[in-house]
Amino acid sequence: MELTADRVAEHKYNFDVVRWFTIMAVVYLVVGAAVGVYIASELAWPFLNFDNPLISFGRLRPVHTNAVIFAFGGCTLMGTAFYTVQRTCGVRLWSDKLAWFTFWGWNAVILLAVITLPLGFTQSKEYAELEWPIDILIAVVWLAFTFNFIMTIAIRKTSHIYVSNWFFLGMMVMIVYLHVVNSLAIPVGLLKSYSLFSGVQDAMIQWWWGHNAVGFYLTAGFLGIMYYFVPKQANRPVYSYRLSVIHFWALMFGYVWLGAHHLQYTALPDWTGSLGAAVSLAMIIPSWGGAVNGMMTLSGAWDKLRTDYVLRFLIIALAFYAMSTFEGPVMSLKTVNALSHYTDWTIGHVHSGALGWVAGISIGAIYHLMTRLWHTKMWSEGLVNVHFWTATIGTVIYVVAMWVSGIMQGLMWRAYDEYGTLAYTFVESVAAMHPYYAMRAVGGGIFLLGAIIMLFNVLMTVRKSASEGSLREARGGAAPAAA
Amino acid sequence: MADSNTPPKGIQERMERNIWGLLIVLAITLSIGGIVEIVPLFYLKSTEEANKYPEIVWQQAGSTPIVTVDAQGKEQWNWTPGDGVRPYTALELAGRDIYQREGCYLCHSQQVRPFRDERERYGHYSLASESMFDHPFQWGSKRTGPDVARLGGKYSDEWHRQHLRDPRAVVPESVMPGYPWLDEQRINGKAIARHMKGLRLIGVPYSDADIETATALVDGKTGMDAVVAYLQVLGTMADLKPGVDYRE
Repeated sequence: MELTADRVAEHKYNFDVVRWFTIMAVVYLVVGAAVGVYIASELAWPFLNFDNPLISFGRLRPVHTNAVIFAFGGCTLMGTAFYTVQRTCGVRLWSDKLAWFTFWGWNAVILLAVITLPLGFTQSKEYAELEWPIDILIAVVWLAFTFNFIMTIAIRKTSHIYVSNWFFLGMMVMIVYLHVVNSLAIPVGLLKSYSLFSGVQDAMIQWWWGHNAVGFYLTAGFLGIMYYFVPKQANRPVYSYRLSVIHFWALMFGYVWLGAHHLQYTALPDWTGSLGAAVSLAMIIPSWGGAVNGMMTLSGAWDKLRTDYVLRFLIIALAFYAMSTFEGPVMSLKTVNALSHYTDWTIGHVHSGALGWVAGISIGAIYHLMTRLWHTKMWSEGLVNVHFWTATIGTVIYVVAMWVSGIMQGLMWRAYDEYGTLAYTFVESVAAMHPYYAMRAVGGGIFLLGAIIMLFNVLMTVRKSASEGSLREARGGAAPAAA
Repeated sequence: MADSNTPPKGIQERMERNIWGLLIVLAITLSIGGIVEIVPLFYLKSTEEANKYPEIVWQQAGSTPIVTVDAQGKEQWNWTPGDGVRPYTALELAGRDIYQREGCYLCHSQQVRPFRDERERYGHYSLASESMFDHPFQWGSKRTGPDVARLGGKYSDEWHRQHLRDPRAVVPESVMPGYPWLDEQRINGKAIARHMKGLRLIGVPYSDADIETATALVDGKTGMDAVVAYLQVLGTMADLKPGVDYRE
């Protein structure tokens, strides 16, 4: 019975492209985390820069951010979006060719990033460093991805569009806006350009992009993943349909405004920053709406957390999501921001979201996909559990280190002695960071170890599937008659 | 839930059953926040302090060359520090290109906030008009190292050279990477002239003379010379008076 369902699905849907995205996501998770651990170590032990331009912190840091956001995050999003849209619409992707173009195009972008960034070709806008020819390629591939997704929904067999697809769609549209506007530049060479905007306007546009790369790419997209994979893995319906409608529209409307809170007390006009902070505070409600909706989906099935390691990843991810979407609005308040801005607290906040939420929900979804796409059990369930604990402990060590160092930095910079002069020189604050930078590198290292274990487990599962012939069997033979 | 044969109830269900409707409503919803926060910054006069205090910008930019090179190869400056915000010279721009290339902005902000401790540590708070020619802005988001918005003139050129070659030789606790390769790199005058032309196209007021002298200005200069020239001009362009409320 199970095998028949597998065969129907394999013949009906394009799972090949999903399989490739899934494997590449795990590879990029290892690569991105490894570069992250290396640059974290450079800050703790600066001799690691080795006076070599190619591995100097300033050039490697964009490699890390691009690898984790666009390579790992991107492959996860594209793979899960293609899987979810086919499953929930009951049809094959509108175009297989466009799907493969998306896969190869996106990986070409990643390859070009890995080559150009260490060589120093950068627009120097955070998370939008890639130079203009690569930006054009990104736009083309992204539009191909979006168009294929929309057309698949358009030819669906189901009457309603499932909630995951709303989130994926919102992300796709917003990323088109953000990428196009923020990347507008005047080329002055094959790999050199200057932003069309300058100064304060450029700052606002950059952080409108910067925050919504987080808000849409890393939040809306991954909520799309959450809405499909949590109910599937828990085998329970989504807790509340009404809540999902409300928090979807609130998130879509509200998140766009938050960029200004990155520029509190700068030369950006006060009204813009205050507006950004006000909306940020209001965003706790829709964010928690999503977290509650995900977690409560488990009501009546909480016992599954004892035995289902994949579900553990999904649920701890939601816990981190709830935590960082509370922390974010707090940090956007002017009084808190005055202390936290420019410090490691920001880095800690980002990583509680990135490692805890984004990576957690992705890893859970990928383990779920492994069993569905290769039609077998994981090579080792025990290693999934080991990965769960290394990922969680590594993340907690990382985040705590950055909280302590960030708050300490902020306090040292503004400390006065009894004579009314600054108590510390800047470099004293740098020296005080050393133990926390070392601790961060260790936390990141533990997280990386988990990622390597995952890659090993995933590859062994593919091998196991090959030796069992489970995938071959599901794909083989004539297409079974549709039920 | 209703199937496709029953008529949809309400807007939400209409959108759930019509991808094009959902797409259009989303496209509108997603555009509002950005439009409200970004568009006014281009036309509200209060955004740029130079609208109220024109003296913070060098009014001759675009008509008088910033610096020329005479027949003896000597630089002749038409601008002196404090004359107001102006475009970067060819050498400073080359240095800024390197500053971007090496990712300096990832650890050094260029934005002093209006706090007592920042005034004492760095200097006068930053104004929007001070970065009006910065394509892209370099305000940064992190201070792993100190803010450099007002770095110009605080240390000697030689200090910067030594510090860039080997930061820990000068500041033992520093975690900054060394940049010894800047000494070996020569600045390409033609490329810099092309960069200036590009910037002029998007509104940076370079005069023809500024662009023509670019090659002569950077001739024989190293990447190190360029970066130092850039760092030494940071924050020195406008003469900001204490006690004046440039920003409301």
